[in-house]
Formats: sequence, structure tokens, C-alpha cells
Amino acid sequence: MSGTDAFDDIPGTTLFNAERSRQGYALNMFCMSLMKAENRAAFRADNAAYLKRFALTPGQVEAVLTRDWNRMLELGGNIYYTSKLGATDGLSFVQLAALMTGSTQEAYAQMMLDGGRGIEGNRSKTERADG
Amino acid sequence: MASVVAGVATSHVPAIGAALDNGRSGEPYWQPLFAGYEFSKRWIAELKPDVILLVYNDHASAFSLDFIPTFALGCAAEFPIADEGWGPRPVPPVIGHPELAWHIAQSTITDDFDMTIVNKMEVDHGLTVPLSLMFGQPAAWPVPVIPLAVNVVQYPPPSGRRCFMLGKAIRRAIESYPAPLRVAVFGTGGMSHQLQGPRAGLINAAFDSQFLDGLIADPAKLAQMPHIEYVREAGSEGIELVMWLIMRGALDDAVTAVHRFYHVPASNTAVGHLILENRR
Repeated sequence: MSGTDAFDDIPGTTLFNAERSRQGYALNMFCMSLMKAENRAAFRADNAAYLKRFALTPGQVEAVLTRDWNRMLELGGNIYYTSKLGATDGLSFVQLAALMTGSTQEAYAQMMLDGGRGIEGNRSKTERADG
Repeated sequence: MASVVAGVATSHVPAIGAALDNGRSGEPYWQPLFAGYEFSKRWIAELKPDVILLVYNDHASAFSLDFIPTFALGCAAEFPIADEGWGPRPVPPVIGHPELAWHIAQSTITDDFDMTIVNKMEVDHGLTVPLSLMFGQPAAWPVPVIPLAVNVVQYPPPSGRRCFMLGKAIRRAIESYPAPLRVAVFGTGGMSHQLQGPRAGLINAAFDSQFLDGLIADPAKLAQMPHIEYVREAGSEGIELVMWLIMRGALDDAVTAVHRFYHVPASNTAVGHLILENRR
């Protein structure tokens, strides 16, 4: 137990707690390796072969190969690490965020210009169920 | 004796650095943001602090999951600029102040804060963007900087209360340093933002406004806020705001806000900025 269960009530949010950090160590350290240009080149040349250098689970490999950004977070990825994979793909934080919300790039950018995603209805899963 | 002459709070959004580095700061999207720092650049040029102690978080640049220090104080003579995947930012290297940094490490550890001492560290946008906002694009930074990196990536980060207390210990450390250095303390990160998952893009301007009010007027009360309230109300990355309490702890209880600025959006983030001076 990580003692962070109360955070599970926050919708659309994955807390990078002790359990996820243990689960995601290899996944995140794979992402960290992409800080080096030669590693980025090797990864781009053959994604699957490069991933064999790291002890990822089959589920994590699948999430990386399909660029399922939310699934990576669920499997222990942390956004500051997965964003390095994003950067390798040429994606900015805004582009990544749009992908994770299931929005189009245009709609997400407009939402931010309009003041961002509002807090009302986004505080609590319980509150949503009640409302 | 050295003294703390002012506190600065500011967000450190990476896209702000990219906008400056790529010559896009005059574009309509960015112009209102940089306009909010015009006063600040004049103010700090007049203040001319001898040293800046800059509180920020490393974004998996210098530290990975291999080492996760809660509080890491940069004691090196120089800090190179990190390559965050796009090449290092084209800004000058950061010059440290080893003598004062070591004194602060020694003093805070003796004062019960278990500081990690770092002699080799690259610094990322968390540290360089606040310098760019305050000093523009000089050939060399005009002042030495002591980096204080705080873990806010791996849960749990330090509590707001612990950060506030550390700020007070840093002040005691600075005031026990024999040379008459004038030190400005920067607290960076925030304000409300969430970069991950289906709730990405969250902005809570009402929370941010209350946080700014509380930081100025009643930081001891603000320091009691639990982590879950930051994450729920200000987003998963809004937790960075605990770092502002370190800066605030280093100032007097009563301060004057000589500048206050708030702007949405910079990329995914609400930008907040305060300049605080002790009341004379």
C-alpha cells in the first residue's frame, strides 16, 4: 500500500507514487536514455529492437510501440520521462497533452487560449457521480 | 553579515524559454506574457543582488529515477545547461557561489534539514527560464546563482510546511554568513497546470489568486495545505507551488508585494509572478 488512495478520486490524473515508480522504473529509464542523440537514432531506426535493451513488461512495450500515452502512465510511466519519448517523436508538451485528452490539436489549443480546462466538475469522481 | 533582500516567485514554463531562444517573444501569443516582466527586469537591474538562491525542480534532466534527492543544493562553481531532448538552451552557463552554498549546506544540515550536497549538476529550464524572464538574453548572467533543486516529480514531495520551515532555515544560514552579501531568493514553478492524462490542460485561476493572496499575507496558514489539495485544485504539476513557500519562508512575516502578475496560458500552464520585499 502506498497510502495515496485518496488521490484516486481525482479524475483523469495518475499520481506517480511509490508503486508506479517501482512498476515503471525500466520504462522511465528507457525514456531517459533518449536524452542522448545516438540513442534517439538507434531507437528511431528500430523501436522494438532498441526496447529489448530494457526490462520492460510486454504491456509496456506494447504501449510504447503504439504510443498509447495514457497507458504508459497507467503502467508506471511519468510524464517528465514519457515526454522525452514525445520529444524524440517531435511532439511538444502541448501536442502530447492534446493526445492524452483525446482532443484534436486545434480544440486543445483553443481550450487553453480560452483559459484552460475549468475546475468545476473536474475535482472529484465522487462529485461527478453525485452531480 | 549577509542578508535576504527580496523574494521573487515565477513560473518556469519551458515554452517561454523556447519562445525567447527562437525569437518569438514579440508574437501576439507571447507579448502579454513578456510585458508582465518588464517591471521586473527594471526592478532587478536596480536591486543588483550579489547572489540569487534559486529554488526549482529538475525535470528528469540532472536526476533520473536512479537518485531522487528531496532537497539538493548546488555547491559547484559552474552549472552547465542540460540537453532536454531538443539540444541545450542557448543561454550562458550558470555561475555558482560555492562559498555561500557550502555555508548554507552546513548551516541548514546543522539546523536539522538533511540537505543533499551536489558538486556536479546540469540545470534545466526550471532554473534557466526564471533567469531569462528576469534578465533577458545577456551574454553572461549578471549574478552568481545557487541552485536548490526540490523533488516534486516522485510522490511524495516535501510538504508545504517543510518547505516554509526550510526557507526560514535558509534565512538563518544567510544571515550567519560573515560577508555582507545581498541575496535574492527565487521560488519557481506553478501555477495551476496539469501536463498528463485526460485532465491535462486544467487551469484554476481562482485557486491561483487565493494562493498569491495567501503567500503574501498569511504564508504560515498557506503552508498547512495538504498535497491532495494542490493536486486536486491546481493539477498534478501544480504541486510545484510548494517551492514558492521556501522563498516565502526566507522573508519577514510582513512583506510588500511590489509587483504581481498573472497570465493564462503559456503552453499548458498558468503563469504567476510576484516580487516581495520585507517591510522597512
